[in-house]
Amino acid sequence: MPQEQEQKKIQKKSGGGAEEQDAGQVKATAKGEKLKEEMDEILDEIDSVLEENAEEFVKSYVQKGGQ
Amino acid sequence: MAIPKVIGTETEYGIAAVGHSDFNPVLSSSMLISTYAGSLRRIRWDYEQESPLRDARGFEPVQMREPSEEDLGLANVILPNGARYYVDHAHPEYSTPECASPRELVIHDKAGERILERSLQELHQVLSPGQRIAIYKNNSDGKGNSYGTHENYLVDRATPFTNIVRDLTPFFVSRQVFTGAGKLGAEAQWEERGRHRYQLTQRADFFEAEVGLETTLKRPIINTRDEPHADPDKYRRLHVIVGDANMCEVATFLKLGTTAIVLKMIEDEYAPDLSLANAVASLHEISRDITCTAQVRLSDGRRLTAVQLQWEYLERAHKYVEQEDDTPDNREVLSRWEAVLSTLESEPLSLARQLDWVAKYRLLEGYRERDGLAWSDHKLRLVDLQYHDVRRDKGLYHRLAATGKVERLTTDDEIERAVMEPPEDTRAYFRGHCISKYPDAIAAASWDSIIFDTGSDTLQRVPMREPLRGTRAHVEDLLARSPAPADLVELLQS
Repeated sequence: MPQEQEQKKIQKKSGGGAEEQDAGQVKATAKGEKLKEEMDEILDEIDSVLEENAEEFVKSYVQKGGQ
Repeated sequence: MAIPKVIGTETEYGIAAVGHSDFNPVLSSSMLISTYAGSLRRIRWDYEQESPLRDARGFEPVQMREPSEEDLGLANVILPNGARYYVDHAHPEYSTPECASPRELVIHDKAGERILERSLQELHQVLSPGQRIAIYKNNSDGKGNSYGTHENYLVDRATPFTNIVRDLTPFFVSRQVFTGAGKLGAEAQWEERGRHRYQLTQRADFFEAEVGLETTLKRPIINTRDEPHADPDKYRRLHVIVGDANMCEVATFLKLGTTAIVLKMIEDEYAPDLSLANAVASLHEISRDITCTAQVRLSDGRRLTAVQLQWEYLERAHKYVEQEDDTPDNREVLSRWEAVLSTLESEPLSLARQLDWVAKYRLLEGYRERDGLAWSDHKLRLVDLQYHDVRRDKGLYHRLAATGKVERLTTDDEIERAVMEPPEDTRAYFRGHCISKYPDAIAAASWDSIIFDTGSDTLQRVPMREPLRGTRAHVEDLLARSPAPADLVELLQS
């Protein structure tokens, strides 16, 4: 959704020589959005496997006797 | 003089009890290993349809029961792929078979992870649901304890050890920028805790000396352990304890490949002199700086960043490889080394597909941004830990790999093969195939010998003091012609 809104905004503003620059902005924004989407996907995947009770889990892990 | 780099890694895996407090890591490590070894024997029975034979090492195969007290001396087994799998202090430890190339070692290092994962699956079948265990391929429990991932490199005995110390130390200090597995917080006793939110490596905090024999406290950057497990007149086994456990294949490949080339340059007196004014302090400084721009001072007064130090090694390595050691493997190491250094200089955080510290950092930052978490939040500590979980369905690195988010250098088929098959071009081939072919006739096996019980009055010891002898080319035919170990011994002696 936000991506579409951004694009509409930019399209309204553009005209003449400003088009190229705006295309660049759209690309940068699109890339930023894509990266954010990718990260959200990754986090969703990680959410589904992360142990519950983070605090308890982490506190109970003690590993002595190592080189 | 530069000799072929036969290499191997030893990984101490973290072992934890999940949801129960009466946990004995020594016992659990032993059960983990015994259960896995037992599962191998079960597979063998199916094929041979014989009644179970007692293992020559003295334990009976584990069936669907808990091992008895007698079963649990500390488990210590040699596997069909030539690896050693054993309890060290309170950890299960996996030592890969000897490999002749970094790429082969990446495969075998990964095979070790599979074996730990499989061991866990087998063990959980005999434990009750409330006794779950977790296994981590990392180096820190976040409570001040550390355990190692060691690298081993075959080095010419004639190379003065002082040269190794002088030329390898700045390399180890600076390679952290691509070998680090990342860690939340800090555990140094001499600095205020938690002052640094994230650092590049798991291990830097635990290093307090430049050179020494210690491995469990006041750890030295260069370890002087001298147990070559090979002809001691010709060979040194350089035992490296300063590295992190890596999950990313590119990071592992670079760690091993670059170090191997630098060692060859040292053997040939071709390494650059980049002695640092204070190596231990520089180790810590570089680990603490995730921008990779911190400068450290050299003995000659220059100030360079870790990446700049690495460029010096790489430049020299280019010339060395061209003149002395122009192989496709070396060319691949150089090309990846260069690509990573260039990116570390411009945009380090774009290396999430190649470097563990970046992949992990991006996950942590992702959570912080999405959920508004503080750096001290326990969820972030959990991410730091679970990144290293060996289970492919739960470990965070493995989830990234499964969803195509990290760069692979190997195939799953190659890794599966390496779980049961030794490398073909080192003495591991001989060891692994003897274990597979004559499991009940091996009285004892170590890195540099096998002792057979051929049924005669005396045990037969076969020395294996040359890491590059006992390869497939040398012994495949001999093994094929020896249905019994007595035949093999006779052929070897003739």
